[in-house]
Amino acid sequence: MSETRYTDQHEWVRVDGDEATVGITKYAAEQLGDVVFVEVPETGRNLGKGGEAAVVESVKAASEVYAPVDGDVTAGNPALADDPAKVNADPEGEGWFFKLKIADKSQLEKLMTAAQYAEFVKGL
Amino acid sequence: MTDTNQTLLRTPLNALHAELGAKLVPFAGYEMPVQYPAGVLKEHLHTRASAGLFDVSHMGQAFLAGDDLGRALESVTPADVVGLKEGMQRYGLLLNDQGTIKDDFMFSRLVGERDLYLVVNAGTKDGDFAYIAEKLRGKATLTPKPDRALLALQGPKAGEVLERHSPGIDQITFMKVVRATIAGAPAIVSRSGYTGEDGFEISLEGRDAERVARVLLNEPEVLPIGLGARDSLRLEAGLCLYGHDIDETTDPVEADLVWSIGRRRKEQKDFPAAEKIMAEIGNGTRRKRVGIRPDGRAPAREGTEVADKTGRIIGRITSGGFGPSANAPVAMGYVETAFAADGTEINLMVRGKALPARVAPMPFAPHRYKRAAKPTQSGATA
Repeated sequence: MSETRYTDQHEWVRVDGDEATVGITKYAAEQLGDVVFVEVPETGRNLGKGGEAAVVESVKAASEVYAPVDGDVTAGNPALADDPAKVNADPEGEGWFFKLKIADKSQLEKLMTAAQYAEFVKGL
Repeated sequence: MTDTNQTLLRTPLNALHAELGAKLVPFAGYEMPVQYPAGVLKEHLHTRASAGLFDVSHMGQAFLAGDDLGRALESVTPADVVGLKEGMQRYGLLLNDQGTIKDDFMFSRLVGERDLYLVVNAGTKDGDFAYIAEKLRGKATLTPKPDRALLALQGPKAGEVLERHSPGIDQITFMKVVRATIAGAPAIVSRSGYTGEDGFEISLEGRDAERVARVLLNEPEVLPIGLGARDSLRLEAGLCLYGHDIDETTDPVEADLVWSIGRRRKEQKDFPAAEKIMAEIGNGTRRKRVGIRPDGRAPAREGTEVADKTGRIIGRITSGGFGPSANAPVAMGYVETAFAADGTEINLMVRGKALPARVAPMPFAPHRYKRAAKPTQSGATA
């Protein structure tokens, strides 16, 4: 059973056991526009909640992707180096950024559910 | 940003932009389209493949009237104004008394007309017009035309598209300017632009602008293009953006814009800070504007520091991003002159890391202007 949670920085977190897959939401991808470069974190890097984890750049601007929870990176998406447009084509699927081993699952409870995030985006 | 929108100026095409689904942002005091639903990447590539329509009505248009007008304008620019033939447009730098760059602008002499027609940048237009009026007081009268709109139709299909609505217009070549009728509306049309492509800039009465824009957008080759793609197109073309690549801290020699100084002007040394600028042409400058290509895929943005291979800071990027036609990151910036040769290996300090890059020739996408067939003078381009 996997569950997806959302941050107010427009990251999504898909939780599967102790592992989380992280990416940016469809809303974020649309706001950024055409993604031309992505830098994902190296495997083994320790990330702190709210810290810079990845970089995503569109034609015009660069943005950071933040770690939604504490944890150690278990994988960066290798496909994004050659095909960063996957972030626009399938932001919440093939356009994932990285996976991490969650250090403290209680941090997930503070993140938004899909319904809460949908409300949050509506208010922007 | 929405809070300030009430105070923003709007061009005559504002309602059309909204109707087309543009993302509108504040720019130089105007509410302007940064992109349309197609997005910056597609808009950029479409312009190079077919034709794109840009609203650049925020730019400053004016007429300059007076006796011995060429000499009068030459007091604030090193361009050759006196020698500009009828029916021609030219690029010039507006210099302050110190010889640094107050703005860059286009000036035209229309066939059979005494006045000069000027187009200056949007963000600087009020200051430019005040400066020109003051410097030319008693010699010339400047009349701004805030009621006029300006459209740019750019790309390899621009000529055939515009020909359908203004028979004969496709005959004019690069940097020529004419009065013409576009879809029944009186216009000033020049064969020039800011993309490196063939194309036109079309000055219209504000009241005609939306109708003419709709006529052009109705052509199958044409898409509306926002300021986002305008910026990536001009960067690939190696063209300066005022306030970024050139400003009042840079002079024409550092900026590698000496080609815009008329030959007679160099001989007569009669432009602002001419002695200093001519000495720099002879002796060189401490720094120079160059093209830069990162070796990897990461773009280096404006403000990125440039270092030599030992880590010493030798310059700064003034425009940088991803070039959709180059399919690679591209940039321009200033480096110490010892590092300005094409191929020089440098590092770009991006997010605390030194990314390898090289000084590279510009443009990053070849210019495809429709030049007159006869052999021309220098290699100067605008």
